[in-house]
Parts: sequence; structure tokens; C-alpha cells
Amino acid sequence: MNPVIPRHSALVRVTHWITVLAFFALLISGGEIVISHPRFYWGEVGNVMTRPWFTLPIPSSRSTVPTGYGFVMPDQNGWSRYLHFQAAWALVLTGLIYAIASLRSGHFWKHLFPAPAQRSWHAFWKVIANYLHRAPPDEADARSYNAVQRIAYLSVIFVLFPLVIWTGLALSPAFDSAFPMAVNSLGGRQSARTLHFFVSGFLVLFLMVHVTMVYLGGFKSRMRAMITGRAAPSRERL
Amino acid sequence: MSNISRRKLITTGVVAAAGLTGVAVASRVARRYGLIPPDHCGVYGPGETLDYAAQRILTAHSLAREFPRSMISKSPFANAIAPPTDLFKRLQAGGFSDWRLAVDGMVAHPGSFSLSDLKSLAVRSQITEVVCEEGWSYIAEWIGTPLAEVLNEAGLLPQARYVVYFSTEPDTWDSIDMSDAMHPQTLLTWGMNDGDLPVPFGGPLRMRVPRQLGYKNVKYITRLTVTDSLKSFGKGTGSVAADYGYAWYAGI
Repeated sequence: MNPVIPRHSALVRVTHWITVLAFFALLISGGEIVISHPRFYWGEVGNVMTRPWFTLPIPSSRSTVPTGYGFVMPDQNGWSRYLHFQAAWALVLTGLIYAIASLRSGHFWKHLFPAPAQRSWHAFWKVIANYLHRAPPDEADARSYNAVQRIAYLSVIFVLFPLVIWTGLALSPAFDSAFPMAVNSLGGRQSARTLHFFVSGFLVLFLMVHVTMVYLGGFKSRMRAMITGRAAPSRERL
Repeated sequence: MSNISRRKLITTGVVAAAGLTGVAVASRVARRYGLIPPDHCGVYGPGETLDYAAQRILTAHSLAREFPRSMISKSPFANAIAPPTDLFKRLQAGGFSDWRLAVDGMVAHPGSFSLSDLKSLAVRSQITEVVCEEGWSYIAEWIGTPLAEVLNEAGLLPQARYVVYFSTEPDTWDSIDMSDAMHPQTLLTWGMNDGDLPVPFGGPLRMRVPRQLGYKNVKYITRLTVTDSLKSFGKGTGSVAADYGYAWYAGI
């Protein structure tokens, strides 16, 4: 019999791939929306008559935005906005299912919260040192997450995703009418928009590191684990 | 092994059946309580319907944020407008004294209002933010007549569900549901920051719906039509914006 080790539960795999699809939809549509006004402000208000905090050096899809490029990109905001919110619903509902099921099954506690042996700076730095030395992943890495992975995943699940949802909701004038604190606590509408942009940037940064690590850790085996749910017992058995 | 897969199969079947029943029941309930937007068809229908339904439930009676006078923007941005039509230029030359707002459709007394008729009907003001879907915004004081007062004056018929509003700008019209139409902050605006509403900002008459994005706040309003269905207007998606692929509901 071919020895295989169960790695990711069906719930983790399904919600992971739905999240991947929704995130790419949000990223593309969000990028298109930014192009219509690539200027960022701090505070409550901001427009082409006020000074931006910073400007992205890209052309805009609106002729009213001074960019210095002398041409206007095609307007894609209609479908982008539709897609952005539809993907946001998919992501939030998937995230809710994942969070509720994981709380019930103990997934967070068992697999993501650092295990007793991992709760030290020493353990943390050891993982970093292994990465820097390009040491091959040890046997345990194929079966469970190391300290750095756990901290990274917990930060994405409990810090970055809640923040990106909050700053996004704060951009809805109707949502703000019911929950004004959602936007006031962020320092105003334009601050919320700028924060939404930055948090999205952190999520993209995570994505790039995540994909790089999957590649370095063994692309085929890691992908197989996230698709079929089974990990190979060791690298030789790839 | 086969037991487990059979059990899985049955569970999956039950879950799928429950899911489908749930969706069918939800769609009936949503239709009954008016939670389905006119542009619910198409690829993005589910997202648009969830946006509209969720915010209708959450924000039924909520008021858009209002700001202190000190926060009024020193340099508001009017945004681009189409070149004025000959009709508009003629009315502008007459100081808009001949500007009329026609009200028709499902009202007991169809008719029309001059700007001074509106001003004598009721005056409200609010300091709210105009929020463009592109991302920019500004705060101004808006002075006008609540749309609800105009509709009450015309006598709404019980089957009224939407108010469609038309602009002098070519091919420009939009619509809102009765929840937004009767909302106390929805103003037929004729004044801005203690003066007349300047033409670039929509003067002499602009629909101000502060719980929705800028593009619902159509400039140069000359006609309101009260209706129970948006199917016969344009492509039936509720607005020119929606016909061009922009969501009809713009509270997000």
C-alpha cells in the first residue's frame, strides 16, 4: 500500500480555492477601480481640487484626473464594481463557513495556533534561519505548519482579512449611514480608502511570499496536498 | 469504504436539496419584501441582489452622515458635464424662471412645479458628502425640497414602487425605490452652501440621494415618473447607468 498522510481537510481545501478565485477577482477589479482615480488622500474628503497624499504614477481611466500622461485608459468601472462586490460576498461567506467550521473542529487551535514547542523566539528564528539557508523542509513540514507559517496564516485570517473587509465596508455610504463608527473610527472616508489600498497591498505581499514558499517547499507535493488532501510521506516519494 | 461514500452521497444530496429549497424560499421572500433590484439578471445579479437586499435590511431608516459647517469643502469638484442643450441654454438665459419639474405616473394629481413652487412647499438642508464611485469626495451644504414632500403633494398611489427621474442632459435618467424616495435626506436640491445651486453642480435642480454614490445624484431634473415597474424604461435595468453596466443600486 502506498503510504499517504492526510494533510488538509476537505473544508480547508474547498475554502482555500474559493478564496483564491475570489481574491483574484477582487484584485483585478480593485486595480481597475483604482485606475479611475489613482490619487490617495487622508481624512474625510479628497478630490482633484485638493492635494493628494500620494499619487500612483499611472494613467487614469477618467479624463478629469490630471496624470500627465496625456491619454485616458478605457473605463472598466462598471463590471469591475459589480465583480468586486460579488467576489467580496463569495469571500466573506466562504470565510464565515471556514471560521465557524474551524472553531467547531478545533482547526485553529490544533493546526494554526503555535504548538507548545513553537512558542519561542528561538523556534521562530530557527525556521527563518532554515529558510535563509535554503535547507530542505524537514519531515514535519510536510505534515503540519511551522511557527512562521502559523503566525503568517493567523495574521491573514484574523488581521488582514477583517481589516480589508472593514475598510471596504467603510467605503459604502449606505453602510456608513447605519454604522457611522465604521468610517469615523478610521479617520474619515479617504483614510478608509487609503487603508483599504494598503491592506490589499499587504495581502498581495502575503500572496507572493506564500506562492514562493510553496514553490521552494516542493510545488508538486504542496499543490497535491491542497488539491487531494494527501501529503507524500517524504520528498523521495514525490 | 462503500458505506462511507453512500453516506456521503446521501448527505451531499440532502445538503444540495436543502440549499436549492433555501434559495427558492429566499427568492420568494426577497420578491415579496422588495429586495430584488431591477438589474438582478446576468452574471453579477447575485452580488447586486445581495448588496441591495442586505443594505435595504440594514439601512432601512438610517441617515447619511452629516458634518459640521466647518467641514464644508473649500474646493468642491463639480465633475464633467455634457455640453448644455439648446433648451437648457434658453432656460438659463431666463434665469431658470421657466424651469418646470413635471410629476406623472402613479400619482393622483399629475402636474408640474416651478422652482418657486418647490421652495414654497418645503425647505430642508443638510451638510453631506458627495461620494464618487471613482473614489473622490467632497462635503457641501445642500438646500432643497424633500422629494417626499413633492410626492405627497402629487398624491402617491399605493402601487407606487419606484421614482424615475429625468435630466435635460441627453439620455440621462435614473430611478430609486420608495425607501430612498421617501427618505428625509433625499432632496430635490436647488441651493448649495447658502447660495443657488451652481450649474456645474447640477443647478437649477439636482436629485440628491446622500446614501448612494454620486452617479445616482442626477443633475438638471425636469421630470419625475412614479411607477410600479421599471421594465418599460430603457432596457429595464432601472437606469441609464445600469444599461451601461453600472449597478443600479449604488449604496456601495
